[in-house]
Amino acid sequence: MLKFSEQQEQLRKVVRDFVEKEIATIASKIDQEDTCPVELLRMTAQLGYNGVFVPECYQGVGLGYTERAIILEEIARHSAGFALALMTHHLGVYAILTWGNEEQKQKYLPKLCSGSIAGLAVTEPGGGSDFAGMKSTGELVDGYWVLNGRKCFITNSHCADINIVVVRTGEDEKGRPRMSVFVIDENTPGCKPGRKEKKTGLKGSDMGDVILDNVKVPASNLIGKPGDGAKIGLGTISEVGRSGMAAIGLGILRACLEDSVKFAKERIIYGRPLAKLTNIQFIIAQNRTDYEAGRLLTYNAVGIKDAGLPCVPEISIAKYFTTEAAINTAKRTIDLMGGYGVICDYPVDRYLRDAVASIPSGGTSYVMQIIIAGSALS
Amino acid sequence: MNIAVCVKPVPDPKFYDKITINPETKLLERNKIPMAINPSDKNAIEAAMRLKELLGAKVILISMAPPEAKEVLKEGLAMGIDEAYLLSDRAFAGADTYATAKTLAAGLNKIGLFDLILTGSESVDGGTSHVPSQLGEMMGMPHLNHVMAVETEGDILKIKTKIENGYMLYEGLPPMVLGVSKEINTPRYVSLMGVVKAQGKPFTVWGLNDLQLNADDVGLAGSLTQPGSLRTPPIDRKVEMLDGDIEEKAEKILKILYAAGVLN
Repeated sequence: MLKFSEQQEQLRKVVRDFVEKEIATIASKIDQEDTCPVELLRMTAQLGYNGVFVPECYQGVGLGYTERAIILEEIARHSAGFALALMTHHLGVYAILTWGNEEQKQKYLPKLCSGSIAGLAVTEPGGGSDFAGMKSTGELVDGYWVLNGRKCFITNSHCADINIVVVRTGEDEKGRPRMSVFVIDENTPGCKPGRKEKKTGLKGSDMGDVILDNVKVPASNLIGKPGDGAKIGLGTISEVGRSGMAAIGLGILRACLEDSVKFAKERIIYGRPLAKLTNIQFIIAQNRTDYEAGRLLTYNAVGIKDAGLPCVPEISIAKYFTTEAAINTAKRTIDLMGGYGVICDYPVDRYLRDAVASIPSGGTSYVMQIIIAGSALS
Repeated sequence: MNIAVCVKPVPDPKFYDKITINPETKLLERNKIPMAINPSDKNAIEAAMRLKELLGAKVILISMAPPEAKEVLKEGLAMGIDEAYLLSDRAFAGADTYATAKTLAAGLNKIGLFDLILTGSESVDGGTSHVPSQLGEMMGMPHLNHVMAVETEGDILKIKTKIENGYMLYEGLPPMVLGVSKEINTPRYVSLMGVVKAQGKPFTVWGLNDLQLNADDVGLAGSLTQPGSLRTPPIDRKVEMLDGDIEEKAEKILKILYAAGVLN
């Protein structure tokens, strides 16, 4: 049985209170305007959401990934787009927390917990999961790293204060590309947002290019060792990125479940509520089952992460299931609502668009299946 | 400065459509929907926290409620309250405002002396606005209700209370009991760190024997009033198709609205 602690239950309650007042009320506007509400990210920082898993000594809250998933689920229940912006901020935080040295942690984590926004730039036009195909470069010149290249499909591209980037810094003795990770401080010349993409869904989080044009960073901005890029990039995305996307998928699933139940009870047809019809009950049952299954998978996976155990297959399963189920559930909810399902006065069309857009974030369902199968077959 | 905030857990306003009344006891069936801190009591907590931040103060929270209210009251601790006291006993059940105020006064007297006792001006479930005044009388303190602003000038408290078509200004020295209305402030959001810290804050539960009250003084037995006949109004949907041109239809709609009491 999945059981949260008293503290986690209270955390969910206070987060829900904030989300219902500050985010639910503008979720539709966020979607329509498709801009990241940066002021909201500053607010969530003050409440501890931005540094939820960062130890108190770096001005975080010192909680774990279960609490993070609760926050993301609650936000995504109303605005999956904004949840993605916070989720991505966490990626930059995690990379520094896990692989940064003490000096880097002291320098960046307090800022990132208190309002500065992080981005993690890995993907390039040549692909996201293909690290070896990366073309952005870093060269050591006179004691400084000079970074060049173009990153694409980067969430928080246009609002991040501090960017974490993965670039190619040479080749190892076997001729394989050596990837390294750098933190780029706010207002560093040459680091700028490029083209901003128009997405199908998850609007409200910026996504676009991050241009590296002779960006000069001190050697002290290297995270980990030269060549740690793949480890840091994949480690961050596979555990924290995908668990975040699973929680966002879960939020969409809950939105569909709650809205389908509400509509079925309120809509009167043939003189009685829609909910009395058996075929409608089947939809409700499927929506509930998908949500409950996603909930068990997601919180099981982040619980394993919190326990410090290997969790990549479980997180991949949770991400794969919740995001795919979110598409099906949103589609069923639209079907249930008939004409109301496709007019913009109701948010269910947004749920479907958000669910569709959540598939490639952190790796497509095909990539998830490769990981899951690889784990099962090993 | 020592400040006490009296808090009432009430049915969460988000679930008002699910509220039911027990036909026999005439009481709200509180166990069927989630509880929350009474909204104006949250304003009282916020007012206390602002005074604490401004002047330095120890702030305690006190409530008479069933044991399940503990989790609700922890939200007050998470907002920054230092300690919580829950007065909980089967004997307290069914209390009217008089018996409630009496129980709260006994709890407050047992805890110690206070410069300021804050409450919400009214609860969203009972809505009588009795408790702030009753508590003031029982504690032997001056009391004001519907307080919409509190400022300090040295030792003097400058208080603005809401009245119909305006406000009244008062000045006074503590101790006093103030019932605050929602206009006084916007309660802060609870931070995650507040939630974490709340877990380690002192939380005391006292029953009838701890307060040295008689069972006849509290709960239903100690209440001076009893609920009368309560009923849930029928909320049925009705559809009526109106004939005629647009002006005739408008006239018919007006008649229906007058007849239903929507317009008068």
